Amino acid sequence: MTTEAATETARANDAVARANSAHWGQGVGTLLRITRMTLRHPVQVAIAVIATFLAAGLQLWIPRLLGEAVDQAQGIVGGGIAAEQAEATLWTTAIILLLVSIGRGLATMLQNYFAEAVGHTVGYALRLAVYEKLQRLSFSFHDRVHTGDLITLGMLDLEGVRMFFSTGLIRMLLLAVLIGVGAYMLISTDLVPGLLALSFVPFVAWRSSVTQLRLRATWLTLQERLSILTRVMEENLGGIRVVRAFAAQLYELSKFDRASRSALELAHERVGIRVRNTSTMTFSFFAAMGLVLWVGGNKVIDGEMSVGTLASFLTFMTILQMPVRQLGLMVNSFARASTCGSRLFALLDLELAVRDAPGAEDLVVTEGVLTFEDVRFAYPGGGGQEAIGGVSFSARRGETIGIVGAPGSGKTTLAHLIPRFYDLSGGRILIDGQDIAQVTLDSLRRAVAVVQQDSFLFTTTIENNIAYADPWAKETRIERASEFAQLHNYVLGLPMGYDTIVGERGVSLSGGQRQRLSIARALMLKPAVMVFDDSTAAIDAGTEQRIRSALKRFARDRVTLIISHRLSSLMHADKILFLEAGRVVEEGTHAELLALNGRYRALYELQVRPGDDVLADVGEGR
Amino acid sequence: MAEIADMAEAERDEGRGTGRPPKAVVGSHLEKEEEMFGRAFDGRIISRIWAFVSPYRARVVIAVLAVLAFTGSQLLIPLIIGRAIDNGIVAGGLDRSGLVSALVAFGVVIVVNFGASYVQETVVGRLAEDVLFDMRRAMFAHLQKVSLSFMDRTEVGRLMSRLQGDVNSMQEFLETSVLSVGDIVLLFGIVGVMLWLDFRLGLLTLSVMPILFIVRIVWLPRAKLAFMAAHQANSTTNGALAEGIHGVRAVQAMGRQKVNFELYDDKARANLRAHLLAAKYAQVMVPIVDTLTGMAMAVVIVVGGSMVLNQSLEIGVMVAFLFYIQRFFDPIRSLTMQYSVMQRAMASGQRITEVLDVPVDIEDRPGAMVLPDDMDGSVRFENVTFGYRKGQPVLKGVSFSVKPGETVALVGPTGSGKTSAMALVHRFYDVWEGRVTVGGHDVRDLTQDSLGRQVAMVLQEPFLFTGTVLENIRYHKQEASLAEVMDAARAVGAHEFITALPKGYETELEQRGGNLSLGQRQLISFARALVADAKILVLDEATANIDSYTEMQIQKALLRLLEGRTGLVIAHRLATIRGADRIIVLQNGEVVENGNHDALMAQRGLYARLYSMNYASFDDMPDELLPDVPPVGGAT
Repeated sequence: MTTEAATETARANDAVARANSAHWGQGVGTLLRITRMTLRHPVQVAIAVIATFLAAGLQLWIPRLLGEAVDQAQGIVGGGIAAEQAEATLWTTAIILLLVSIGRGLATMLQNYFAEAVGHTVGYALRLAVYEKLQRLSFSFHDRVHTGDLITLGMLDLEGVRMFFSTGLIRMLLLAVLIGVGAYMLISTDLVPGLLALSFVPFVAWRSSVTQLRLRATWLTLQERLSILTRVMEENLGGIRVVRAFAAQLYELSKFDRASRSALELAHERVGIRVRNTSTMTFSFFAAMGLVLWVGGNKVIDGEMSVGTLASFLTFMTILQMPVRQLGLMVNSFARASTCGSRLFALLDLELAVRDAPGAEDLVVTEGVLTFEDVRFAYPGGGGQEAIGGVSFSARRGETIGIVGAPGSGKTTLAHLIPRFYDLSGGRILIDGQDIAQVTLDSLRRAVAVVQQDSFLFTTTIENNIAYADPWAKETRIERASEFAQLHNYVLGLPMGYDTIVGERGVSLSGGQRQRLSIARALMLKPAVMVFDDSTAAIDAGTEQRIRSALKRFARDRVTLIISHRLSSLMHADKILFLEAGRVVEEGTHAELLALNGRYRALYELQVRPGDDVLADVGEGR
Repeated sequence: MAEIADMAEAERDEGRGTGRPPKAVVGSHLEKEEEMFGRAFDGRIISRIWAFVSPYRARVVIAVLAVLAFTGSQLLIPLIIGRAIDNGIVAGGLDRSGLVSALVAFGVVIVVNFGASYVQETVVGRLAEDVLFDMRRAMFAHLQKVSLSFMDRTEVGRLMSRLQGDVNSMQEFLETSVLSVGDIVLLFGIVGVMLWLDFRLGLLTLSVMPILFIVRIVWLPRAKLAFMAAHQANSTTNGALAEGIHGVRAVQAMGRQKVNFELYDDKARANLRAHLLAAKYAQVMVPIVDTLTGMAMAVVIVVGGSMVLNQSLEIGVMVAFLFYIQRFFDPIRSLTMQYSVMQRAMASGQRITEVLDVPVDIEDRPGAMVLPDDMDGSVRFENVTFGYRKGQPVLKGVSFSVKPGETVALVGPTGSGKTSAMALVHRFYDVWEGRVTVGGHDVRDLTQDSLGRQVAMVLQEPFLFTGTVLENIRYHKQEASLAEVMDAARAVGAHEFITALPKGYETELEQRGGNLSLGQRQLISFARALVADAKILVLDEATANIDSYTEMQIQKALLRLLEGRTGLVIAHRLATIRGADRIIVLQNGEVVENGNHDALMAQRGLYARLYSMNYASFDDMPDELLPDVPPVGGAT
């Protein structure tokens, strides 16, 4: 199990590194996979592709029609015909041209719309898959991977993949048809001017691609520099009191200037890269046009070519110009999709380290007995060092177990093993004789509630927060939980009551209020095992006392685990475990442990002695 | 994907059948987005923006000239092609001089085009970047001076969006506004040249132009709504995703994956719909423009063609017309776009000026004196009344004094005004009445800088900056040597854990010191204050509960920190309170008791009552224990 968890995190770390240096083979694999995803919408893809062919074909027809019109206007259709006839042919050409233009417009609309639609639909599916994956990946994954990176992944990388069809594939198709068919038409009409008309294509294509790749590289660097600038500003504003307290405004400004200047320099450089590229591209295009004009002009004078053909050559060049210039964007889209895609797929392909065992059945709670059998656990990537080194105990419904120990002794880790946030590396945890690794996660987590130390509250109403585990709960139940947690009166005092929004944009709760809210939230679960992980630390002793007595009846129906460094929170427990380096070193009731005269007693004395003595003790250097 | 299918078919929880909506949302109670668009033109804001552009006046002139040259060259190219056909090719014969001269002209024009486009884009691009950075700096520098009460009531996120989003839309505005000069010239140029070439044909061809204008005017507001809706849907969906990531532990602990997935699906679906609608709006213009282009070309072919047949028009002119038609929708398109850019810029400009106009109420007064280094370190409050909002004083006629070298503990329930009193010593705010003196001088007569050097502060939340441990400890005194820093760290008992960090003092701290425990951050902030070596130390003790071991270490460090300094401590812990030379009890903004522990216990007042409750902290006290205070929020 641990090896599995280890691979999960190792792969997660790997994913980023790999994606950054994506080699060709893998890049192609990623692009193929994105392409396969788009093919799941065959109708839309087919419409987009057909529309692309149509749009390109109709567009290529336009220069030819214009050329014919120019020739017809000169009365050189079939050599010297009557004026009325010539006018009639002009009318025909004009109407065909109008229809072709309308057709081209409609085809382009369909092409663009369906290409976008496919992209957005793929994006929608990916969004769901990413969300679902992130919600289910185990704690060990989330411990290791930065939240900021995950958000970037879900926003920007997804965007890169989504855009691939419209800005990469369809654009490539359009360009290929335009250049391919167009080149054939030009060269078959007249070899030399045809080649000249196309002469700007390779140069512009090459310039544009190289530039876009360079811009992409510098863009990434620019983002890094801007994020440094952002951080400088954010910290300054967030810590403005520290800045003022230490009169450090000038220092802060110099920090800002340094970050700002390095970003500005690069921004200037990027303008240079971009502009050098666009102006040379335009110049090479016009130069080619000049050559066509010269060679074609001479041919017309020599009677080898009509003015109309020359005009159609020139028009053709203007039509081809834009897509060729945009080739760079297409290359960029490929590069982006392959890096973004490999990051995204690496995430989606991760196997869940903690998941239902094959054939797992729901946990059935009968007696309500929690048993630890020589439980061992080592954090993945922790070098095999055991955070929990063989803990055994058992507790029945109605019993309260206290767990105490120095920071880092494994108290929280122990709590996280019961709802299977992590899998054990040895031993077993049983609830009513059923191994928690063999029951469904859903049923297990309904049966085990952990009130976390630093609990996350959601930016929504207090009511929604309390009902988090049971969104269909009745108001009365929500209020009861809130009363038990000594929160009800406070909430009633708020202008919006239970509809008050919590968090940055609503009311900001004190540490104690947050903890009371998260206790109320956990009470909604009706669990068989209830764990309070240092969850009353910020609540004053009096309120804690009242919560405890309110919960007495609640505690009768379940096993309660209280983890705390404040002995007064757990002195009343039926059994207290003193943890040290992941092992139980002392065990018993409060009285028994005091009688032991060991670590527990030392801690007890440290906490109950009057402040003076502690200070004196501390003063002489402990 | 298989998992998603499983999700949909997953069993329904009890209560779901009732049809009542769940009390659940994902990431929807987020702030509403700010007004994106303002009036298209606001003279006041334009003049404020101009103040930032005017240092670069010369470059603006160059850019405009280059834009004009560029536009002119673009206008000339079809004309030259037409001339080359008429004078060089059709009339050519053996004499190729017409073609040669046309081509020479063509060559000259494209060189001008090249140079002008290079100059124009470089100058405009860099100018816009420069102005952006200048604006950002001006705002940032201003925020360093504005009153803390402004900073208190403004969210950092909101300011960040001024410093990032709003300046960016100003940059966009500057870039496009110079270029739109070119667009306008190009538009009028094309119209002018076409009418000049042939008035009747020109007029006929141009008759399609108003249609496009009308269509775009009808289309634009609707399309804009659709685009904004898509933008909004995107940020709501991303907000929900971010929430899911931040709160993943709570989600899993409460088994909310299934419900959340369904809620997220609703959001993602709405996002998809909004984007499809926006795409429809964006694409519907394409066939319209193409149809109008086709119509214009058809007019040229039929009308112009028969004119050529009648020899009342030269063929080259007809070709030139065809070329112009392919270009003349571009400026209309970008000009209508420019309208939205301007509206957005005005809204952003408004917000930027709001920041720049926040008054600076705390400044050194003319002739402010430098607090001498040898001042005695005393602090006096003389009848100080102060508050944040008019008519709601937080401190009411507070008087007390702290003798040099004395440690005074300020205690009292939340909201009693302790933190405000502390902020006044450093002159974060100015008093309404009375005065605060440091070393015998009114703080308003001193330079802020010299006051800051003599008053070190330790805040409740130990705020650390990204950077090395070393940089953080010598934050106040950049010139401090490594030895000084290490001494300070040793003195507060931080040296041991710092050297145990991967790179010791050179270890980079994560944002806000995330890779350290709360206790460790606290000790580093103590070391920082110690390096500052000020005569007066103002300290707000942390309320967060720290385990007994760390707490002991912090107590010890505190003693060391207060050694030989005047100390004003907002105390929460009994140990700290009892260790103080004197205790001042604040309640409701007034000093109610003042004396040492024994004296106050003998008084049997509020302090004695608080003390006898044996609470670890004086702060999170149940309201009913404070009889003289009106109950907060009117709880039953």
